[in-house]
Amino acid sequence: MTSGVNVAGAERWASALGGAALTAYAIKQLKDRSPAGAALAAAGTALIYRGATGHCAMYAAAGINTANDMDETKRALAGPRGVNVEEAFTINASPEELYVFWRNFELLPRFMNHLVEVRQLDLLRSHWVAKAPAGRTVEWDAEIINEIPGELIAWRTLPGSDVVSAGSVSFKCAPGGRGTEVRVRLQYEPPAGKVGATIAWLLGHDPAYTIHEDLRRFKQLIECGEIPTTKGQPRGRS
Amino acid sequence: MRALVWHGTNDVRVERVPDPTILNPRDAIVKVTTTAICGSDLHLLNGYIPAMQAGDILGHEFMGEVVEVGKENTSLKAGDRVVVPFTIACGRCFFCERQLWSLCDNSNPNAWMAEELYGYTTSGVFGYSHLTGGYAGGQAQFVRVPFADVGPLKVPASLTDEQVLFLSDIFPTGFMAAENCDIKPGDVIAVWGCGPVGQMAIRSAFLLGAEKVIAIDDVPERLSLALKGGAEVINFEEQPVFETVKALTGGRGPDACIDAVGLEAHGATLDAYIDQAKTAAYLATDRPSALRQAIHACRKGGIVSIPGVYGGFLDKIPFGAAFQKGLTFRMGQTHMMRYMRPLLDFIERGLIDPSFVITHRLPLDQAPQAYKTFRDKEDGCIKVVLKPHEITIH
Repeated sequence: MTSGVNVAGAERWASALGGAALTAYAIKQLKDRSPAGAALAAAGTALIYRGATGHCAMYAAAGINTANDMDETKRALAGPRGVNVEEAFTINASPEELYVFWRNFELLPRFMNHLVEVRQLDLLRSHWVAKAPAGRTVEWDAEIINEIPGELIAWRTLPGSDVVSAGSVSFKCAPGGRGTEVRVRLQYEPPAGKVGATIAWLLGHDPAYTIHEDLRRFKQLIECGEIPTTKGQPRGRS
Repeated sequence: MRALVWHGTNDVRVERVPDPTILNPRDAIVKVTTTAICGSDLHLLNGYIPAMQAGDILGHEFMGEVVEVGKENTSLKAGDRVVVPFTIACGRCFFCERQLWSLCDNSNPNAWMAEELYGYTTSGVFGYSHLTGGYAGGQAQFVRVPFADVGPLKVPASLTDEQVLFLSDIFPTGFMAAENCDIKPGDVIAVWGCGPVGQMAIRSAFLLGAEKVIAIDDVPERLSLALKGGAEVINFEEQPVFETVKALTGGRGPDACIDAVGLEAHGATLDAYIDQAKTAAYLATDRPSALRQAIHACRKGGIVSIPGVYGGFLDKIPFGAAFQKGLTFRMGQTHMMRYMRPLLDFIERGLIDPSFVITHRLPLDQAPQAYKTFRDKEDGCIKVVLKPHEITIH
């Protein structure tokens, strides 16, 4: 990462888009655990493997028995429940540079507008706080379940979190010196039951769009050292 | 500070607004000494551009003095006299690295909007709708310049503001239009539209070695300025364009055709665009027809170069003629930073003085009236320059 990272710029973006941004990562509140919630949590665990591994090539790397887990995942995702999002951006930097920046999770709120804070708990576990409507927050713990330095980071949320999700980010050299293809895959439990209005409000927004814009800000921060903005510029009376 | 503010169709006003401040580390604040109204600003005045918001500050052709720089900007300092290009480029993405500056990946904060319309975003532009970033423009006393370590060009004290101001847009734009014609000895270039960009394209074509330039318009003073620049002229109100162009090229047709008219209709939907195109068709210059004529008139294997701005879906383009004649199309917003320094050199060497297009010089507070004069082509108006720090004495 260049030394020109502008936290203030990112924060301005955060306040601009603010509460509207939280969708993809904070999905399912399980605080009020009901039998249905527990069932969903189990389903979520099944989802996690697919989300974490992302695509076939990664199964081998993760050492997962693909056939069994895929069956479970398919069952868990039956119907409209499972939500998968995949977004990619090509960034003009090396896979190693991008991996190192991303792996420092505490930096992610610089370009992920819905995040308030990420704290690294130990080498594999981290605590995440994201914005929710009406000034509330949602929180979760996550652990890394697969990592190939310079290539891949995969994670899942841990039991007891407000959110059940799994995901991966991969860094792959683009051809002909075109930088690195950064691909985020995210899988999460869809909202259900009495969680109600809050989650419905969240999902009214497009999770793919949120990740797309997060990745764009990541690209801008890496390539430019700052995130372009007009927030705070003069305007006439309107 | 005082700035020209867009409030709606046919409603621009000079009013007091807050001064700009540094927002990002690579920014600079420029005190604007001279600015200009561009033909494309008229589409904002006329309300053709949907992504405008009341309160937007206009203006994308400007120059001045640096008064403040961001902490990461080491290439400028307070006191530098600079011309600022109308496009904003980060200088570090795939496109900037390949000199395709107007295609910068990173400088449009509203990239999602452009992606919806065009598939991918292009660069930010000053004072030109939220589709290209919603950046406050330079028809103001001060302006914030993002990525100011990339765009602004320092200019020598030996040249006046008027001599170098048009390095901000129309001179590089006209020059790139001519360069895109791949001019070879003996080439005849036809130019549709003799507004300021057309005038620069005519002179640039000669600078690049054109044998003959044919200029097409219907405004007498613009035709006479083209004539002064060495072009042969066609008044399309009086002469049939295709037949005249053919006759002037011994039946061959021009080797390259430049459409310096354009049709600036940033329709967000097909319907909106068609509506705008229909509206535009009522205008005297019959804008969509310039491109059709250029394609039709161009010789076999020729080039159609398009500096005129298009925004949406074009109706009834003679693509069969383009295909059958094997035409090449070159177009796009100007890659400003590729041309500014070499063209400054042209000016310093006395090869051209771009100030020849200026017809009106006014303080900023007269800008609202000047927009209308320019739009209506009254009073021989071809190009208006504005002085933001001068006040009208009544």
